[in-house]
Amino acid sequence: MKLSDRLKKWDVLYFFLTNSKFKIGISILLFFILLSIVGPFFIHYKPYEYAGVQGSPPSLEHPLGTNPFGYDLYSQLIVALDGTWLVGLIGGGVATIIGLLIGFFSGYKGGFLDEVLMMFTNILLVIPTIALLVIIASFLNSRSVVLESLIIGLTGWPWVARAVRAQTLSLKSREFVSLSKISGAGTLKIIAEDIAPNMLSYVFMVFILQFGGSILAIVGLSFIGLGPTNSVSLGGMLQDSVLWNALILGYWWWMIPPGIVITFMVASLYFINMAMDEAFNPRLRST
Amino acid sequence: MRKYLTRKIIIYLITFFIAASLDWAIPRLMPGNPVSLIVSRFAQASSGSAAQASVLTKQMFDYFMQAFQLNIPWWEQYALFWRNLLTGNLGISMYLYPEPVINIILSAVPYDILFLLPSILLSFWVGNRIGAWAARSKKADNILLPTFYILTSVPYFWLGILLVWIFGTLLRVLPMSGAFSYSMTPSFTFAFIFDYLKHWILPFLSLFIVSLGGWAIGMRNMIIYELESNYSRYMGSLGASQRLIRKYSYRNAILPQITGLALQLGTIVAGAITTEIVFSYPGIGYILFEGIMNKDYPLIQGCFLFIIAGVLLANFIIDILYMFIDPRVKIAYTEG
Amino acid sequence: MAKLLDVKDYKVYYQTLKGQIKAVDGVSFFVNSDEVFGVAGESGCGKSTLGNSLIYLKAPMRYAGGNAVLDGNDISKFTDDQMRRIRFEKISIIPQFAMDAMSPTKKIKNIVVDLVREHNKRMSEKEIIDLTVERFKMIGLSKNVVDMYSIELSGGMKQRVVMVISTLLNPRLLIADEITSALDVSSQKFSVEMLDEFKDKQFVSSVIFITHDISVLYQIADRIMIMYAGHVVEIGNTEDIVSKPLHPYTKLLISSLPKMGIQFSQKRLKGIPGYPPNLLNPPTGCRFYDRCPLRVDPQKCQNEIPPLVEYMPGRYIACWAYTKGNDKNE
Repeated sequence: MKLSDRLKKWDVLYFFLTNSKFKIGISILLFFILLSIVGPFFIHYKPYEYAGVQGSPPSLEHPLGTNPFGYDLYSQLIVALDGTWLVGLIGGGVATIIGLLIGFFSGYKGGFLDEVLMMFTNILLVIPTIALLVIIASFLNSRSVVLESLIIGLTGWPWVARAVRAQTLSLKSREFVSLSKISGAGTLKIIAEDIAPNMLSYVFMVFILQFGGSILAIVGLSFIGLGPTNSVSLGGMLQDSVLWNALILGYWWWMIPPGIVITFMVASLYFINMAMDEAFNPRLRST
Repeated sequence: MRKYLTRKIIIYLITFFIAASLDWAIPRLMPGNPVSLIVSRFAQASSGSAAQASVLTKQMFDYFMQAFQLNIPWWEQYALFWRNLLTGNLGISMYLYPEPVINIILSAVPYDILFLLPSILLSFWVGNRIGAWAARSKKADNILLPTFYILTSVPYFWLGILLVWIFGTLLRVLPMSGAFSYSMTPSFTFAFIFDYLKHWILPFLSLFIVSLGGWAIGMRNMIIYELESNYSRYMGSLGASQRLIRKYSYRNAILPQITGLALQLGTIVAGAITTEIVFSYPGIGYILFEGIMNKDYPLIQGCFLFIIAGVLLANFIIDILYMFIDPRVKIAYTEG
Repeated sequence: MAKLLDVKDYKVYYQTLKGQIKAVDGVSFFVNSDEVFGVAGESGCGKSTLGNSLIYLKAPMRYAGGNAVLDGNDISKFTDDQMRRIRFEKISIIPQFAMDAMSPTKKIKNIVVDLVREHNKRMSEKEIIDLTVERFKMIGLSKNVVDMYSIELSGGMKQRVVMVISTLLNPRLLIADEITSALDVSSQKFSVEMLDEFKDKQFVSSVIFITHDISVLYQIADRIMIMYAGHVVEIGNTEDIVSKPLHPYTKLLISSLPKMGIQFSQKRLKGIPGYPPNLLNPPTGCRFYDRCPLRVDPQKCQNEIPPLVEYMPGRYIACWAYTKGNDKNE
C-alpha cells in the first residue's frame, strides 16, 4: 500500500511539473521576481523626482517614458513592484493563516463551535470587502503598505476558512483519522500529524489565490485613492494617469505598463494554481 | 419554505446590523477625535481664502460635533445613529453642502442598476455557456481556459482604461466619460437613449468581460465533475445522447454557480466602483470616489451603507431564486 | 438453447500514465436466452469492467480485442451511434451506483421521459409515465413516486426505481452490476425476487448477474462464471460450481463460505493468503500461480497461461491441472 501511495504522489508531481500551465506560470513569475531584483540597478531617479522632459514617450533614457510632471515611470514601476510583492505576501499570508485556523477547528470540532464560526464567516463573506476596506482606510490618517496589507488579510480570510473547512471535513471522514482517534490521540496531535500534511498542498494553493487576490485588492484600493500614503503603488500610478488625463493626452506608456504587470503577475499565480489543481484532480486535466 | 425565508431574513438582518454598527464604530475606534480629523482634512482639501476657510471650518466643526454627538454617552450616540438611519437620515454632505447624503445617493442609484444588472446577468449567462462549451472539447479547452484565467486577472478598471484608450482616444468612435452628453437632458427620446447607450457600452464591457472569465472557469470545472458523475454514466449506459447528458449536467453545475454569484457580488461591486471612476460614470462608485477625494465622510459612510444594503438585498433575491431552482432546498425545509 | 450473447477472447484495458491495466484480458463465455448468468470474483477481478464495457465502453476503458456477439451482431465492432441505439432497447444495465444514478434536480418522471424519448419519439409523455407507474405498482411503489425527486427516496426505493427504469424498454439482456451489495439482507432478497418476476413477465430475457457474493448467485443464477485477475477461471452450472468446485481458486472461494446461504463479505475473501497480481504488468503464466496451493506443473503454471477448456459438457476450466495429460486431479 505504502509504495503505491508514494508512486501516486510522484505521479502528481510529474503531472504538475510537466504541465505547460505550470511552466508558463512559473516563467512569468520568475521574470517579475528577476525584474524586482535586477530592476533597481537601472533606476536613476527617485519615484517623485523631476527626471526629464515632461510627458515623453519611452526612450533609452526613460524606458517607460515620463509623466506630465517629468517623473520617470520606470523608477515608479520598479519601486511599486516591491510594495506589490509585500501586499501579496502579508495579505495572502495573514488571510491564509487566519482562515486556516478558523476553518480547521470549525471543520474538525464541528457542533456548536462550527455553527458559530461559520455563521460569523458567512456574515463577513457577504459584506463586500471593498466597502470595509474603504471605511477603514478612509479614516486612517496615514497608511503604510504593511498596515494596508494587514487590513486586506484581515478581511480576506472568510474565503479561506470556508474552503479549508470543507477540505477538513472530507479528510476527517477518511480512514487514517479514525484510526488515530481509536488509538486515543488528542485533537491537536491528529491535526498536526494526520490532517495538516494532507492539507499542505491544498493550503499552498489557497495561499497562491489569496496572494493574487490581495494584489488585486490593493490595486483597486489604491485606484480609488486609498492606497499607501507613504509610497508609490501600481494602483496609484494608474489613478494618477486617469486623474491627469493620460487618456485624453494619449500617454499610453503611463497607463498600460502597470496594468500589464498586475494582470500577468496575478495570472502567473493563477496558472500555477491551475496546474496544481489539475495535478491533484486528474479529471480536470485538459492535456 | 417560510422557514427557509425567515431564516435567511434573520441572517441578513444580523449581517446588516453588524455592518451598520461597523460603520458607526470604525470612525470612533480610530486614533484621535474623528471630528477634528474630518474638519482638518476637509480644510486641507478645500480651496479658498484663509478667512473663508476658518469660518467654514468653525461651522463644520459645530455641525459634526452635533452630528457625531461625541459629548453624550456612547450608547446614546449609537441609539441616535440607528434612529437617524431608520428614518433615512444619513447626514449632510460636506462636499456638496448642504445636500443630504441620501438624495445624492438616490440620484445615482438608477445609473447603477442600469449598469450593474445587465453586466452581471449577461456575464453570468454567457460565461456559464462558454465554460460549459469549453468542457466539451480538449482543443478549445486548452486555449480557452488560460484565456479565462488571464481575464480574471485583469483589474476591472484597467480593462476600462484600455477600452477607453482604444475606442475613445485612438479610434474616436465612443465617448470617453459620463453617462450621457452634456448637451442632453435625460428623456425617453430615441436620441437620448442612443446617446446613453453609447456612453454605457464601454463600462458595461469592462465589467462584462472580466467577470465572464470567472464564471467560465467555474462552470468548466463544475461541469467536468458532473459529466463524470454517476447519473451521467447511467444516462450514457441507457443510450442518452451527449446533448441530453450535457443538458442534465448543466442543470446541476449551474447551482453552485448561482451560490457563487451571491458570494462574488462584493468583488463585482468593487470592480464596478473602480470602473465608474475611469468613466466618470455617475453611479455610487463615482460618488464614493468623490467623497474620498474630497474627504466627505458622511458621503463615504452613506455609500458604505448603501453598497452593503444593495449587496445584501441582491443576496436575498438570489436565495429566493435558488429555492425555486434547487429542489433539495424545498425538500429539506418541507420535511423538517 | 440459443446463445443470446457470445463473447470470445474479449479484452478491455484501462489506459493510464504508467501503461495499460489489463482488467479484462481475453475472456470467453456465452449467455443463453432466458437464463441468469452469474459472474463472481474478488473486487478488482474485472467482472464489473466486463459488464460495463459490454454496454458503455468509455475512456479510460479501451477495447483491446475479441468479439462480443449479441443476437447475431458483433457489438464490439459497433460505432458509437450504433451502440447508442441498442442500449436500453436490447442491452441494459442496473449499475452498481443505483443510489446516485439519477440526477438530484429532476423529477423521476422527467428522467424517464427524457431517456425513453431518446429512443422512441412516438411514445407520448403520458404513455411513458403510465407504463412507468404500471411497473412501479408491480413492485409495490406508489404512483406518486414519479412526481418525486430521487433525493426524496430511500436507498431501497432508489434501487427499485432504477430497476424499473433500466428494464422499461424490455431489453433482451440485462446486466445487473453488484445490485445487492449496498443493501440489507431483506432488500437483497426483494431485489432478487423482483428480477425473477421481471424475467417471468419477459421484461428481460437474460441477465448477467455480477456480484462478489456467491450465496446470492446460488439463489438466482442458472450458471456461474468465476473470474480472477482479468481471466475466466471456471464456468459451470450453479449446482456444480457450488457443490463440486474444480479450479483451486473456486475451491478456496467456496470453502471460505462458512455455510450456504450465509452472506460472506468481501473481507472474508482475503482469507486466501496473498494478493491478486498487478494487472499493469501481469505474470506471464497462470495469474493465480502466486497464491495457488496446487501448482500441478510449476514450470508450466508459471510460464504459460492455461487455456479455458470444456472439461466436461458445459463445464469450462482454465487450469493446467485439468488439461489433457495433466488429468490426475480427481
